[in-house]
Amino acid sequence: MLELFEKAARQNGLVMAFAVVGIIVLLSGKISRTLTFGRIHGSAIAISIGLLLAYWGGTQTGGKNGLVDVTLFGGIGLMGGAMLRDFAIVATAFEVQATEARKAGLIGIVALFLGTILPFIVGAAIARAFGYTDAISMTTIGAGAVTYIVGPVTGAAIGASSEVMALSIATGLVKAIIVMVGTPVAARFLGLKTPRSAMVFGGLAGTVSGVSAGLAATDRRLVPYGALVATFHTGLGCLLGPSLLFFVTKAIVG
Amino acid sequence: MIIYGTALLACCHLLGIFLGDMLGSLLGVKANVGGVGIAMLLLIFARMVMVPRKLLPEATEAGVGYWGAMYIPVVVAMAAQQNVVAALHGGPVALLAALAAVVVCGCCIAAINRTESPESIAAINPDQSQPLGI
Repeated sequence: MLELFEKAARQNGLVMAFAVVGIIVLLSGKISRTLTFGRIHGSAIAISIGLLLAYWGGTQTGGKNGLVDVTLFGGIGLMGGAMLRDFAIVATAFEVQATEARKAGLIGIVALFLGTILPFIVGAAIARAFGYTDAISMTTIGAGAVTYIVGPVTGAAIGASSEVMALSIATGLVKAIIVMVGTPVAARFLGLKTPRSAMVFGGLAGTVSGVSAGLAATDRRLVPYGALVATFHTGLGCLLGPSLLFFVTKAIVG
Repeated sequence: MIIYGTALLACCHLLGIFLGDMLGSLLGVKANVGGVGIAMLLLIFARMVMVPRKLLPEATEAGVGYWGAMYIPVVVAMAAQQNVVAALHGGPVALLAALAAVVVCGCCIAAINRTESPESIAAINPDQSQPLGI
């Protein structure tokens, strides 16, 4: 009986992955609503569970690919692999309405660039302070401080090690969680009152999940403005991370 | 047809990756330079061109929308295959880098938003004398 189930799961790896991830997302939604009262977005919890499972897989098998090294969950490797990951990220660009985006105007663009470059510098500098002195690791961790998508996309493009990639994702994840939880608390300090201020916030704070969850808990009317600018954040980061930011970092640290 | 949307997405993806690889070899790095970002820009551009010409019926959009909605689940699967055990040996880098990035950006947001005139803030929130949501 159990053997038959294992065989079915192994031979249908990708389908198994859909089921497993679906259950993780479902559980995360419940945890988000009941334990954190919606403060922490379900997606952030789901990603944390993913990282926890990767830790469990790593300790169980001693391998480098987290949960994927557990034979039963091999399909996760295909689902979260570079091909489907990039495919899904590109698809999110479709939600950006170009006409709406123009309304964001100059200040949104300035905020976007600042929101990419400032966290990158901070992240890369701290990575260096902790002994990650090569340009690839500094760039990957710095990009992770932009968002948890930009980090691994950049790392994959420039050939970072899985360890640095995991650190980079962890950095972006911690940032998203801080933004989600901290925004309502810091709303007065941040001056979050108008659509324009929400766009500035969306550009600088990054991570769509962090921005939309943070703004939703502050003032629902501001959500679309912040999210609109934030949707460009990942694209800009993915564009600049493995190119300009990597070259500049390489030029500085050699 | 739903496949038209998915095919459009696939074409943008492949073209973006191809251009990214080409840019990489032009710049002399053995890497894909911003391929995903270029693909996103292509898709935004395709949408801009196709929507006014009524070339994007709902079913076609759904072919892209499905994959856009799958992005969080795919990221969850990606997280589940990272070398977290090794990352934890990195110590407090992630926490510190994230915290410092948020603090720097937060101060920047506050500084920019203070430049907004009180009149425009009052115009947006005529019925609110207090900041929202606190």
